[in-house]
Amino acid sequence: MFYRETGQYKTTYAADRAIFPIRQDRVAFAVLLLVAFVAIPLLANEYWLRSVLTPVLVFSLAAIGLNILTGYTGQLSLGTAAFMAVGAFAAYNLEVRVPEVPFLVSFVVAGLAAAGVGILFGLPSLRIKGFYLAVATLAAQFFIEWLFTHVGWFTNYSTSGVITAPPMTLLGFSFESAESRYLLTLCIVVVMAVMAKNMVRSELGRAWMAVRDMDIAAEAIGINLMKTKLTAFAVSSFYCGVAGALWAYVYLGTVEPQAFDVLRSFEILFMVIIGGLGSILGSFLGAAFIVLLPIFIANASGVFGDALSAETIAHLEFVIFGGLIIVFLVVEPRGLARLWQIVKEKLRLWPFPY
Amino acid sequence: MKREIGGGPPVAELENIHLSFGGLQALQDVSVAVKPRERLAIIGPNGAGKSSLFNIISGIYTPSSGTIRHKGEARPARMRPYEVARLGIARTFQNIALFSGMTALDNIMTGRNSLMRRGVLGEALQLPWARRQEIEHRRRAEEIIDFLEIPSVRQTPVGALPYGMQKRVELGRALAAEPELLLLDEPMAGMNLEEKEDMCRFVLDVNEIHGTTLILVEHDMGVVMDISDRVAVFDYGRKIADAAPDDVRRDQAVIDAYLGTAHEH
Repeated sequence: MFYRETGQYKTTYAADRAIFPIRQDRVAFAVLLLVAFVAIPLLANEYWLRSVLTPVLVFSLAAIGLNILTGYTGQLSLGTAAFMAVGAFAAYNLEVRVPEVPFLVSFVVAGLAAAGVGILFGLPSLRIKGFYLAVATLAAQFFIEWLFTHVGWFTNYSTSGVITAPPMTLLGFSFESAESRYLLTLCIVVVMAVMAKNMVRSELGRAWMAVRDMDIAAEAIGINLMKTKLTAFAVSSFYCGVAGALWAYVYLGTVEPQAFDVLRSFEILFMVIIGGLGSILGSFLGAAFIVLLPIFIANASGVFGDALSAETIAHLEFVIFGGLIIVFLVVEPRGLARLWQIVKEKLRLWPFPY
Repeated sequence: MKREIGGGPPVAELENIHLSFGGLQALQDVSVAVKPRERLAIIGPNGAGKSSLFNIISGIYTPSSGTIRHKGEARPARMRPYEVARLGIARTFQNIALFSGMTALDNIMTGRNSLMRRGVLGEALQLPWARRQEIEHRRRAEEIIDFLEIPSVRQTPVGALPYGMQKRVELGRALAAEPELLLLDEPMAGMNLEEKEDMCRFVLDVNEIHGTTLILVEHDMGVVMDISDRVAVFDYGRKIADAAPDDVRRDQAVIDAYLGTAHEH
């Protein structure tokens, strides 16, 4: 009853291809942005801003990156964390060697460096696909982690192999507080998410999806497979690179190469699968799900009080987490984004039966 | 409307084409040409080399030897399919090869991708040129949707469409590229009479209104004889006849190929 498009006539193609063609969606999105930009910084405490919401945003960005490659272009990748590492170390090295560079510029450079490395490790995709490509990207994962651990230049010869991000200042303002870091991340993530949405609803996105759905037909209709796949690798890695730089600068502050190990790649892959392959919204939902679920389980198990040992609770968390993922994938293999879509379709009629 | 067939060099001309996979000769010394605005049908039993011929024209296979000419000019020996497509050659597939995760509209829009400009940053930021380009091409895509009488399904994911509709969308995707030469691989396969009549009408309209040259592989002899200007018959990788429909019907070699020859005992 409240969510229906009756009476909203689209009279131009421009109106038809808007990101939110329906008025209710536009209002909902505006409210969401208001909450994210105003209400949350005012209401949430330091812990939530710094340790929960900021990582959710950073992971969302990485998940968007992987979703472009795997969800939209159909190229399975297990090297996501490696591309994040490239971003983090590129930003760090630029800042250390050329301190005058504003940190926002170094974030862009981080993305570009990751894009370059992504193209390099995307080259095998021209000949192989599916599981074989996944194994090839796994090589990127291990090689890059090894490189940053063993070649001292990348960590500026730090004895512990750990890099510490220099402070971030912009026009005299220092991003120290949890609120400012959250808002900085939010701005970057919102802008990049909108850009991703724009790409996937344009010529580029159709080329990516065509390659995913039927590469022979895509090529026969005039799509250059090589260019399209490598563009997907570049754009995807750019997103992961910026996410990596944010991870190091905004969230952790100090970071070692092992923070970007293969488990991190899998974590992001889970986010994409649970959130929904081929959906920008799904990337956010998946990231939030994976980060928030353990916190909820931990809090929920708190009600048992002292009946369970801390160790049992920790193990229980893993069991419930794993179980939920399996249940979830069985119930809706197309992810949270698909569930949301189903809810919206039902809402068009609710509460009337027809 | 009277069609002018010919005038100018053949849109596609294959000369002495051989194609073999290991020891298997898929095509042997095949020469065939199609004139501008002509409707050429290719028939033959299964395994005669019809689809191989299509795959050679569209660049999916590279012939072992022989020359392919496009409007009188020899094509490079190796061409990627997307390069062939950009010469103005579009095709449909025997087993529908749509982009199953996309809507009918997006499938047809993808057909126009090769006519569109690629600029990653421009598209990400939706710069004016990117927005204008999407809308201009959308207008052309909608014309095709109207022509094929499928406006009601434009926002439906093609995987959810019935077979006949999928065939139409696939034709629409090929037409969206505004080809000069259209290769149709069994466009009527698996259709009922009514669907076949619709498809014939679309194919004839494309040919007569836009002057698109057609090559079609088809098993329905009624359709072939009715709509084609010329029929080329293939058997065991060789071309055994190439003539007007009525002459082909009476050709002894063709009758033998289809009905089998009486073996001397």
